[in-house]
Amino acid sequence: MNRRDYTFILVGIIAALVIAMFVSVFASPFPDGLEKVAENHGFIDKAEQIIPESIFLIPDYVFGAVDNELWQTSLAGLSGVLIILAVFGAVYLIYKAAGKKK
Amino acid sequence: MHIPDGFIDLKTVVSTAAVSAGGLAAAIYKVKSYFKAKVIALMGVISALIFALQMINFSIPGGTSGHLLGGALAVIVLGPHAGAIVIAVVLIVQAFVFMDGGVAALGANIFNMAIVGVYSSYLIYWLIGRMSKKRTIFFISVAAASWLSVVIASFFAALELGISGTYALGITLKAMVGVHSIIGIGEAVITVAVIAFINKIRPDLILTRERSLQ
Repeated sequence: MNRRDYTFILVGIIAALVIAMFVSVFASPFPDGLEKVAENHGFIDKAEQIIPESIFLIPDYVFGAVDNELWQTSLAGLSGVLIILAVFGAVYLIYKAAGKKK
Repeated sequence: MHIPDGFIDLKTVVSTAAVSAGGLAAAIYKVKSYFKAKVIALMGVISALIFALQMINFSIPGGTSGHLLGGALAVIVLGPHAGAIVIAVVLIVQAFVFMDGGVAALGANIFNMAIVGVYSSYLIYWLIGRMSKKRTIFFISVAAASWLSVVIASFFAALELGISGTYALGITLKAMVGVHSIIGIGEAVITVAVIAFINKIRPDLILTRERSLQ
C-alpha cells in the first residue's frame, strides 16, 4: 500500500458514499427486469417472505428511524456502504492478527 | 435480477446453493494465494462502489428499470476470483440487511450474478482483449463483457424459474433475455465510464494479460 493506493481508496469510498447517499434518491422507481417479467406473466404474487420483515435492519432500502423519504434512502445507502466496508475491515483485522501469530 | 423467495423450488434452491458454495470456496482458495492488505482494501472499495451503483435503478422503455450488476467492473479491476467474492458479499448484505433478493434464493442469486456474471465477464474480456492491445479494442472488450454477462446471467435466472415450474420456461427465457439485453446496455455504459476513469487515474489497476492484482 503506497500513497497512491490510499488516495485511490479514499476517492473510491467518497464516490461510493456520494452515489449511495445522494444519487440514489434519483433512482428509477419502476420494477426491475425480473419483477416486470413476473408482473407481465402473473407470477409476481409467488414472491414470499420466509423471514419476517421486522428482522431486517433496513428492509427495501428504507431507513425506518427517520420519516423523510429522501433521508430514508440516503441513510440506507450510507449504512450499506459502511456495512460493506466493515466486512472488509473485519477481514483485514483477521488477516493482520493471523500474520502476527506466525 | 435479484430473485425473491418463492420463485424457485427446493431442488433449485439446494442445487444452486451447493454450486455457489463450491464456487466461492474455490474463489477464496485462489485469492488466498495473493492475499495482502492492498488486495483487501481494493476489494472493499470496489464492493462498496458496486453496492452504491446497484442502488441506482435507471429507467428503460416500458415502465421497467435496471441497475448495474457489476460483474465486469469487478473483474476488470480485481480479476475473476476476487471479483466473484466481492459480488457475493454485496448480494449477501443485500439479502440479509436490505431484504433485496431472497434468503433461500441467495445461492441462486450468487450463482447467477457472482459466479456466472463474473466468470463470463472474465472470459469475454480475456477473449476480446487478446485480439489487440488497442484502446478501442480494450473498451469494446469492457462493453461486451458487461453487456453479455448481464444477458447470460438473466438466461440462467430464467432457466432456474423455468426448472422450478414458476412459469413456462420458453416464455420466461425470452422475456428475461429480452429485457436484460436492454438493461445490459446500461451496464455497459456505466462500466465503460467507471473503467475509463480508473484507467485514467490508475492504469496500473486495470487487469491485463501482463498485469493482474496478484
